[in-house]
Amino acid sequence: MVAFIVRRVIAAVLMLVIVSVATFAIFFLIPRALGQTPEGMASRYVGRDATPEAIQGAVKRLHLDEPLIVQYGRFAKGIVAGQEYSIGPRMVECPAPCFGYSFNNNQPVWPTLMDRLPATLSLAIGAAIIWLVAGVSIGVISALRRGTLTDRLAMTVALAGVSLPIYFTGLVSLALFAYTLGIFPGGGSYTPFTEDPVMWFQALVLPWITLAFLYAALYARLTRAGMLETMGEDYIRTARAKGLKERTVVTKHALRATLTPILTIFGLDVGLLLGGAVLTESTFSIPGIGKLVIDAIRGNDLPVVLGVTLFAAFFIVLANLIVDVLYAVVDPRVRLS
Amino acid sequence: MRKTKALALAALGTALTMGLAACGGTAGGGNNNTGTGNTGAASTAKHNDGYTKVVNPSDAKGGTLKFAYSDEPDSMDPGNTYYAWNWNFSRLYARPLLTYTAAPGEEGLKLVPDLAEGLGEASEDGKTWTYKLKKGIKYDDGTEVKAADVKYAIARSNFSAELTDGPKYFAEYLDAEGYEGPYKDKNLDNFKGIETPDDYTIVFKLKAPFSEFDFLVANPQSAPVPQAKDTGLEYEKAVASTGPYKMESYEVGKQLNLVKNENWDPATDTTRKQLPDRIEVQFKQNAEDIDQRLLAGQIHADLGGTGVQPAARAKIVADPKLKDSTDNPYTPFNRYAMMSTKVAPFDNIDCRKAVQYATDQVATQAPWGGPLGGDIGSTLMTPTTVGYQQFDLYPNGADNKGDAAKAKESLAACGQPNGFETNIAVRGDRPKEVQVAEALQASLDKVGIKATIKKYPSGDWSAQYAGKPDFVHQNKLGIMIAGWGADWPSGFGFLSQIVDGRFIKDSGNYNMMELNDPAVNDLLDKGIQTTDAAERNKIWGEVDKKVMESAAFLPFVYEKTLLFRPSTLTNVYVHPAYGMYDYTWLGVQQ
Amino acid sequence: MTTPSASPAPGSFLELRDLRIHFPTEDGLVKSVDGLSFKLERGKTLGIVGESGSGKSVTSLGILGLHKGGRAKISGEIWLDGEELVGASQDHVRTLRGKKMAMIFQDPLSSMHPFYTVGQQIVEAYRIHHKVSKAVARKHAIDMLGRVGIPQPDKRVDSFPHEFSGGMRQRAMIAMALSCDPELLIADEPTTALDVTVQAQILDLMLDLQREFNSALIIITHDLGVVAELSDDILVMYGGKCIEYGAAEDIFYRPEHPYTWGLLGSMPRLDREPTERLLPIKGTPPSLINVPSGCAFNPRCPYRERTGGKATTEVPQLVESDGGHLVRCHMPREERRAIWENEIKPMMEGV
Ligand SMILES: Nc1ncnc2c1ncn2[C@@H]1O[C@H](COP(=O)(O)OP(=O)(O)OP(=O)(O)O)[C@@H](O)[C@H]1O
Ligand code: SF4
Ligand SMILES: [Mg+2]
Repeated sequence: MVAFIVRRVIAAVLMLVIVSVATFAIFFLIPRALGQTPEGMASRYVGRDATPEAIQGAVKRLHLDEPLIVQYGRFAKGIVAGQEYSIGPRMVECPAPCFGYSFNNNQPVWPTLMDRLPATLSLAIGAAIIWLVAGVSIGVISALRRGTLTDRLAMTVALAGVSLPIYFTGLVSLALFAYTLGIFPGGGSYTPFTEDPVMWFQALVLPWITLAFLYAALYARLTRAGMLETMGEDYIRTARAKGLKERTVVTKHALRATLTPILTIFGLDVGLLLGGAVLTESTFSIPGIGKLVIDAIRGNDLPVVLGVTLFAAFFIVLANLIVDVLYAVVDPRVRLS
Repeated sequence: MRKTKALALAALGTALTMGLAACGGTAGGGNNNTGTGNTGAASTAKHNDGYTKVVNPSDAKGGTLKFAYSDEPDSMDPGNTYYAWNWNFSRLYARPLLTYTAAPGEEGLKLVPDLAEGLGEASEDGKTWTYKLKKGIKYDDGTEVKAADVKYAIARSNFSAELTDGPKYFAEYLDAEGYEGPYKDKNLDNFKGIETPDDYTIVFKLKAPFSEFDFLVANPQSAPVPQAKDTGLEYEKAVASTGPYKMESYEVGKQLNLVKNENWDPATDTTRKQLPDRIEVQFKQNAEDIDQRLLAGQIHADLGGTGVQPAARAKIVADPKLKDSTDNPYTPFNRYAMMSTKVAPFDNIDCRKAVQYATDQVATQAPWGGPLGGDIGSTLMTPTTVGYQQFDLYPNGADNKGDAAKAKESLAACGQPNGFETNIAVRGDRPKEVQVAEALQASLDKVGIKATIKKYPSGDWSAQYAGKPDFVHQNKLGIMIAGWGADWPSGFGFLSQIVDGRFIKDSGNYNMMELNDPAVNDLLDKGIQTTDAAERNKIWGEVDKKVMESAAFLPFVYEKTLLFRPSTLTNVYVHPAYGMYDYTWLGVQQ
Repeated sequence: MTTPSASPAPGSFLELRDLRIHFPTEDGLVKSVDGLSFKLERGKTLGIVGESGSGKSVTSLGILGLHKGGRAKISGEIWLDGEELVGASQDHVRTLRGKKMAMIFQDPLSSMHPFYTVGQQIVEAYRIHHKVSKAVARKHAIDMLGRVGIPQPDKRVDSFPHEFSGGMRQRAMIAMALSCDPELLIADEPTTALDVTVQAQILDLMLDLQREFNSALIIITHDLGVVAELSDDILVMYGGKCIEYGAAEDIFYRPEHPYTWGLLGSMPRLDREPTERLLPIKGTPPSLINVPSGCAFNPRCPYRERTGGKATTEVPQLVESDGGHLVRCHMPREERRAIWENEIKPMMEGV
């Protein structure tokens, strides 16, 4: 187990390096290869109609004229050893892990990420709990009442949930529950838990439900399919032949087996969301990682994009690791090796 | 003493308001809602009332004024921002030497002293401009504003490598050869472009005469910055305030909160009010949701001032009641195309005229949102530019849908009776401009001009593509879709960069027509040396006409926006210098 | 046996009367079990043989009541120790399952839950019917594992099914089935997944245990070889119906139904290659939706011409040919016996 985790951590670090190189390549190398000049790049970080001198200044300040390998080296070194930046009258220290300094916000990336993380965590974890409980319950009920009206209704709603874009469901739910009925606060009302737990909760209800709706729909379908398959397994017949109550057969025997693969997906989904629930955060104006990265991509704020990508990759790697370990715990047939 | 004076001033403000309502109102006519009846005023205001008068006037204090914005600014530092709304908004906490009169209509385009006691005094040769500071103006910490602080503010914003976001006009016009900026050179005395003979006198030394210098010092960059408080890029989080509000907290990309600045003395300030107790701004909000919140009254204004999104626009247009709560002002932007006089066959004026006549200007107006998105244009300067004169040299049909007969005539005169082939260059990542290019392509096709649309990325548009004459020639980019908004609402501010033949650059060129007409150049020189404003403004009109005569400039629309004013917002009017509501006047109903 | 008697509470420990289990499907009604009747006493063993799809498993699950509440249409009577089960409530039959009647399934790997240890699964089975602590149940589980011949049962009790060999798994299955001393034990192809030596061991074990517990045992299988030594009686199923029933000797030494002859001929033997078959049964098992008219076996029967056309028009009845030996065939008894004696038997012995 320990050897397994050590090996996986080494692999994860390697993967993060590859991810960072790839992201770097996408945002630096490919535009360069397509003929973009350092000046063209710098022109995005200076004011409108900037003079060539101002652009040159920005090129120098952001080191855009250096060979790409040197730029990458600078970035990597910053993560390990930290970096210093000039903010004008003085230099500021960006201690390790320094993911760089945002070209657009004039802020170090790491504290920005840390600042945005709680919102994303709040959103992702809350929604995850809702969708897991709702999705699995609906899936189980649907499977057990296969073919009935309940089943068909649930699956139709699930289909809608899977196919409706969050942007749409989010805005509609805001219009209805926040602006017309006034039950919940409107967009942009996210407040950190530490500041006002009640407001935190109220502001997150709609985003949670909107995000959870999509996933719950997905999980309901997964669970239903899994349950239908599991209920046909021989060991379910055995369980019944023992004289077990049907409820025990479903919860202890069928659900346990059905949930194992779903837990894997769940772990990865949550891991993915911790890298930012882009659409939900954008729709509800929640200042999370997802909102940060989508804005950074639009504004070509490369340090932020790199930072978030690595951050998200880290969560995905972590989620993978946890899921693998968990899987081995849940399913005795799986060996960690 | 001071109190009575303040009251007197407030009374003057009300009088001013009433005056505006009486004389400025062309659309609303004699509307008498100048009293304190907030609710009544809100419900009877009509579409575009805010354009000609103050809607919902009230001097009631208190409450929280809430803004939301879909983006974030380059910086909240008055010295480091180029965002149009921020030149309006930053006045809440930063007072430049001059500012614009607080009034709708033409009146609002007039400069008035702010930090300074009067407008600039130019020397005989027009190269030295002197301003006197009002005495007793204080920062929020109670210390007095000194002339050196203004000098320092301009030094940092125009001569440092770090503050890259704002314009660099002072660096361009001031005679400060070799100055490296206050971050590299800590001795401010080495900055020779500005002299401060005493604590209340600021003398600007220019390289060449520049009669519109007053417009430059109305830029927020002339707001004072105490050197000791300057933290460079991070100054935006703790700006030393001279206005009616000061920063309580600022989380970049999230939230800005302003509270009243007790050290602001209304007696020194003729243009601002201090009505709400707090001002809160949320950044990075979902644009569609901002509209929903605006319509639901949960926020008071969209900070960007660029109007509502298409979804809300459709809703508003369909509902006369909602429409009455909107204004449809001009932005400073003209949307147009330029024809390169160096790319055949547009080196022949008649071929350019053919395009002028052939263009269906209703079709090119549509992508901007039809009449609400902009008026069909016929000049370079927009109607809210000082010096604008209305004329149309190339009428393209009674319905503006193109005059094919005239176009054919021009084609024949050009020696291309059957039309020709050319290219339209456009910023491929700007959907509206691409649609305009397509509409233009369709218009031209009708008279036999076959145009191919070429898309280029906006990031390098100016540096490598349309702004690079070599590239334009090699790739035969006959027509280029562009847009321009002036940094100050005068003819010179609008025209010089895009029509002066001496400004044609190898890269980063905005005179994409490559029009180098000595007559135009001379007029520009003459104008900028003319100190008499009326005389000067006439000259800008002449420049406009001269350029239009070349037929290389093809106007599409004078851009307009659709602004929504919730009924809870008081003292609302569109400030013509910014093309949006005057953020220093707004109050909220409680 | 031919006609279900209306009299209730028969003397036998287990009695099926005209059991029918039909499944409505999209393609039509599947008549998996279609009028099955038999009796079984305590301490006795019944072998049910038949090709794949003949309805053996459906029958056994039907006895356990596992088709209740599903789509299946069930009619007829199942009498177990004086109680009728077809009409009994689902919950009541559930309380009998595992305790009064238990079942051993075909594939022990897929029939045991992969996430629970063998011990947990036996403990669970035991504790359903015995209100004892987990510790007590665990002791019982270890005890049961020991009795079915699993070495070091106190250790293996914590193993997962996948950690067992095929034979051990089947032993564990048996231990689980026997954990509550069932009076009726149904073994549905208990040895199919096992190799030949292990097969023999498992069968011996079951027989030993049956003797020990004096339970009634039903062994279901494809091939007659398995049931040959174990069974007192043998029931041959074809297309959901019984086509021959009798004492083991009757079926082995005096079989009268052409299908049984085929089964005997295709019986794999230890001394022969399994591919070598004497009298392979040609064709495929019948559809249970569109059962062939007349005798269900007629499309595959080499003797169909000898029934004067009745084979395709009239369903043959199950008729007693000798004391307790029942056969469902239109051919006259003498003719069947003659064919067996003169044509089939010599051929089989000749090899
Ligand atoms: N739940 C069900 N729904 C529909 N048809 C079923 C169902 N269960 C069994 N059947 C059908 O009933 C028939 C008999 O099946 P059964 O499992 O009893 O065969 P078997 O004799 O046990 O065969 P094998 O030797 O392969 O186990 C088959 O054709 C099968 O497809
Ligand atoms: S009834 Fe006819 S067809 Fe059926 S088994 Fe007997 S001989 Fe064969
Ligand atoms: Mg079977």
